[in-house]
Amino acid sequence: MEAVTEPLLLAVVVLTALAFDFTNGFHDTGNAMATSIATRALKPKQAVLLSASLNLVGAFLSLTVAATIAKGIVDAGIITLDVVLAGLVGGIVWNLVTWLFGIPSSSSHALIGGVVGAALAAAGTSGVLWSGLAAKVLIPALVAPLVAILVGSIGTRLVMHFTRDVPEDQNERMFRWGQIGSASLVSLAHGTNDAQKSMGIILLALIAADAVPEDSGVPFWVVLSCALAMAIGTYLGGWRVIRTLGKGLVELESRQGMAAETSSAAVILLSSHFGYSLSTTHVATGSILGSGVGKKGAAVRWSVAGRMFMAWLITVPAAGLVGAAAYGLDVLVGGTAGSYVVFAVLVAVSFGIWLWSRREPVGHHNVNDEWEPEADNESIVAESVVDHDMELLTVAADHEQPREEQR
Amino acid sequence: MSEFVEWGALGQVVLFGLLVGAGLPAMFALGVRSLAGPGARGDDGQVPLVRRVVAYACFSTVVLAVLGAVAYIAAGGH
Repeated sequence: MEAVTEPLLLAVVVLTALAFDFTNGFHDTGNAMATSIATRALKPKQAVLLSASLNLVGAFLSLTVAATIAKGIVDAGIITLDVVLAGLVGGIVWNLVTWLFGIPSSSSHALIGGVVGAALAAAGTSGVLWSGLAAKVLIPALVAPLVAILVGSIGTRLVMHFTRDVPEDQNERMFRWGQIGSASLVSLAHGTNDAQKSMGIILLALIAADAVPEDSGVPFWVVLSCALAMAIGTYLGGWRVIRTLGKGLVELESRQGMAAETSSAAVILLSSHFGYSLSTTHVATGSILGSGVGKKGAAVRWSVAGRMFMAWLITVPAAGLVGAAAYGLDVLVGGTAGSYVVFAVLVAVSFGIWLWSRREPVGHHNVNDEWEPEADNESIVAESVVDHDMELLTVAADHEQPREEQR
Repeated sequence: MSEFVEWGALGQVVLFGLLVGAGLPAMFALGVRSLAGPGARGDDGQVPLVRRVVAYACFSTVVLAVLGAVAYIAAGGH
């Protein structure tokens, strides 16, 4: 491979993989912590700090090498450093774009999409194993939320039934503790699963560049840097995604949050145990929807959910397009310089997206503000009927009372 | 279709997912009900021993399940 004598190129690829790891933590904090933040079981900063620590711990806990990210989906023979780099660029850009719009989409799917796109550009349609792509990526993306909605709604229904006549302050107090436990478990599971994907990619790059022997394990500095990159990303927090998950889909209370998170943790761990891995993001979103379905009279904003499902379906092709474009640019410029140009463009694009996000920042200060759907008629109607009704009534009552007293 | 969906694995995920993912919150809820539900406090304002035992049995089942899951992750079970 041409990269044998290219330590600088290898460094660029490793750096890009760490950047992807960072966006992964950044983007996926919401999966574990959104409900705890929304129900105020934890303060926003406490929640992301807890999640970051557990992601860090999780990355160290289990070291079964997970270089399987693109295995069975693209032809392993065509994986070069350039394909890996282009794939990472596709994954990062898609993660940033969906983050900008506050859409929880799967980081793994973004990475797979990027690699698939780059492989398509490099080797044509024969480079991609289509049935593997359908069986391992596309279909599970549809199945995961359905399973999670089922489990989450039944769990919520049972919890609601058993605690229907328990005083509300008692419920809140105890279920918040339950929530902290279940949210921590989701964070831990996320750390072990997702940090390893980046470790696998870096290992792949190191092997491709002959920096380590082919049968090498993951070097310690790779474990450490991946764990740190993800933890830092988590700590800085994807407030936009947290906001959508915690406030956009369902108005949550502690009982629902606890049921949703337990459902997420159970489905994520069980699915990887039975060899049918489902995306953390898809499962968490499904569980939150389920907790809305399971509570009588709860408002589920299906229009927001629908937009998410659309984003999941286009994640792979969209990230693939970016990946293919990145590979195209790499080849167009040619040689090692091509990779540097791709890297420079990635930095520029990321910076641009970050600048754009500053126009309407979402942070720990406003993550729990009331949900105001813009240009979304269906949910405006739903909201005015379900959520704002109570407020209107109170306001009306406030106005009426003095009048009654006057009489 | 069966080429694309691993029905066996999916079925197991759904079955055990319901058992654990819905069962544990339900267990926790029963604990809460036992501790703070209607009639939990006797005339003296204390929660009777039986109710407390039931509640803590429920809570410890949930805690054990969580610890088991952590051990499972640590053992690299997936």
